[in-house]
Amino acid sequence: MILARGIGNVVGTQKSRRYGDARVMWCQQITAEGEETGYSTLALDSVDAGVGDTVLIVQEGWSASTAATGEAGAAIDSAIVGVVDRIDLL
Amino acid sequence: MQLARVIGTVVATVKNDSLAGRKLLVVQTLDRNLESIGKPMVAVDAIGAGVGELVFWCRGKEASFPFKREDTPTDCTIIGIVDSEQHVQR
Repeated sequence: MILARGIGNVVGTQKSRRYGDARVMWCQQITAEGEETGYSTLALDSVDAGVGDTVLIVQEGWSASTAATGEAGAAIDSAIVGVVDRIDLL
Repeated sequence: MQLARVIGTVVATVKNDSLAGRKLLVVQTLDRNLESIGKPMVAVDAIGAGVGELVFWCRGKEASFPFKREDTPTDCTIIGIVDSEQHVQR
């Protein structure tokens, strides 16, 4: 899983029906220290994350699809599966 | 599967129901000289690993196999603890 920060919501009225009601969030990857990397991604939300939250994103299709829509087989490769409260580093 | 060092822990109260009770650890992948390579990732622990330990992790859909495979969304899971650095024989 990668760490990221929610930076926006993406509204697409026309999208795969398999997405159901899941919300699409725009997320910026961050390091464990909180610094932004050069990578951003869209991810379906499964935990009601908000803009500004630090989140955990699964980047594997089967897990992402089951987490965000409740069943496998939707065209999804990233899903938010957690909102991070705290990171403790060595 | 790759060798990695556990360098931290992640606390996420709000997370996908299927991840309830799972330990989330920050892992830094290591190269052949056991030096850091690439960015740290967040992994689900399947084996009882702790901070500072040398471990190996598995990625992809197979990462969810150690758990009840129908419902655990993860793309990175710690599946083994290396006894010590001396046990990595080169």
